[in-house]
Amino acid sequence: MKTLRIGSGAGYSGDRIEPAVELAEQGDLDYLVFECLAERTIALAQQARIGDPAGGYDPLLAERMRRVLPFVGRHAGKRRLRVITNMGAANPVSAAVEVRRIARELGLSCKVLAVVGDDVLAELRPEQVLDNGQTLGSLGERLISANAYLGVDGILDALREDADVVITGRVADPSLFLAPQMFEFGWAASDWELLGRGTLVGHLLECAGQVSGGYFAEPGLKNVDDLARLGFPLAEIDADGAAVITKVAGSGGLVSPATCTEQLIYEVHDPAAYLTPDVTADFSRVTFTQESTDRVRAKGATGRVRPEQVKVSVGYLDGWIGEGQISYGGPGAVARAQLARDIVLKRLALTGVEMQEVRAELIGMDALHGPRSSVEPWEVRLRVAARCDERSDAVRIGNEVETLYTNGPAGGGGASKSVRQVVAVASLMLPRDRVNARIEA
Amino acid sequence: MKLHTLAHSRTGDKGDTSNISIIAYRAEDYPLLCEQLTAERVTEFFQGLREPGAAPVRRYELPNVQALNFVLPGILRGGVTRSLALDAHGKCLGSALLELTVFD
Repeated sequence: MKTLRIGSGAGYSGDRIEPAVELAEQGDLDYLVFECLAERTIALAQQARIGDPAGGYDPLLAERMRRVLPFVGRHAGKRRLRVITNMGAANPVSAAVEVRRIARELGLSCKVLAVVGDDVLAELRPEQVLDNGQTLGSLGERLISANAYLGVDGILDALREDADVVITGRVADPSLFLAPQMFEFGWAASDWELLGRGTLVGHLLECAGQVSGGYFAEPGLKNVDDLARLGFPLAEIDADGAAVITKVAGSGGLVSPATCTEQLIYEVHDPAAYLTPDVTADFSRVTFTQESTDRVRAKGATGRVRPEQVKVSVGYLDGWIGEGQISYGGPGAVARAQLARDIVLKRLALTGVEMQEVRAELIGMDALHGPRSSVEPWEVRLRVAARCDERSDAVRIGNEVETLYTNGPAGGGGASKSVRQVVAVASLMLPRDRVNARIEA
Repeated sequence: MKLHTLAHSRTGDKGDTSNISIIAYRAEDYPLLCEQLTAERVTEFFQGLREPGAAPVRRYELPNVQALNFVLPGILRGGVTRSLALDAHGKCLGSALLELTVFD
């Protein structure tokens, strides 16, 4: 019976590229999956597409494809490598066009298919209510995107059509990995136990380096070698869903029961009910066993019937965030930074800056978790941030911090300021029959 | 003993909710963690950081991997996309929780 080998080439849009190339070249893979869509990435991409109708896909798509396409397809003496990615973001069709163009440029022939159907903006009605209590109608012109989380369906169609590269928009992260397992092993869409096992593999791999030693090191307690050359993970999977998590020999990082456990629980609420469009997965009885160096066997996942509703992520504009920072150091630094904080807040009130919400904190003292430190650091950095309806108000936040140079306490240095538009994300649920994936050639 | 020496942690985010895993280094310490790291204690530790009126903190047990999972609604104050926090994802929350003391 064959063993399927699936590698994870990215855990987020801006992730490192060399580890993916290393996997494509040395991983002996059947599939390389790139998961690049965070909660609001697609809303930002939709905005980009408004500016450029052929844009709206992942900015690193071209670079990634240029590097891995030479290994894709059939090569003598090797497994056939295929790529699955959600780098299509808000525009999978244009992303597929770009990948075909790159393949031609490299003199390669490969079949590239796009999966669409996640964009449900036109389907929604103004009276529909978001999880934050607002109706869609109340957002008016500020509403920019609505994307349903697709499951395995469209990807399965593309694999049946013999695609070498499958490009999607919003698809549930583990589904990107579950689809090739179902396709290769012929798992039924109602075999909940197998789908639960395959979803565990997907969940462990979807953040790439986070299961192979990245985001784990704690010097003295949890040591990890060579994070500068961190190897991205791959799974070896059997037809019954039994899986080993490992990485390319010689790469940096670590695969251990501890790294796997951190990733098992990452972004999971009830471990007995991990909801995806494909299955209600149960991770509550999973076990990990170290088989040899950097090889961990994952067992014990199961599943139940899939949810009747699918989640839709809605992106909307929600004002502007203005921010300013300035540092103080040496004896009395904290007192001077506190004085600076008081001055800025008073100035914002005196000059009538309209703010929805404001925060002023001292980085090094109380910025992350409130006031907890009893020792005075050598240096602190004042940070003031506010969300405003109007850009013109948001600009004033950083300006008021900057003017501390000549108007504030002694010795402020290294001021910086920024303004950004807020693309907020909320969600709603749709019955699954309202969402239909399809492929576009 | 500080929890930092007995367990490790990772924090995830979904919307305005964080989840924090606490994983015992040694299986023999897990019952101690189950007994002492109650949802109430975690609620108290993060007092002031969560949205007033947020739903209660929930705790899930994963005995096979000697871990607890705490789910904290309302701690990301509007979620990653709207939050004014320096660490809008709340990624540093789990490390803070390792400050708790566990008694033998």
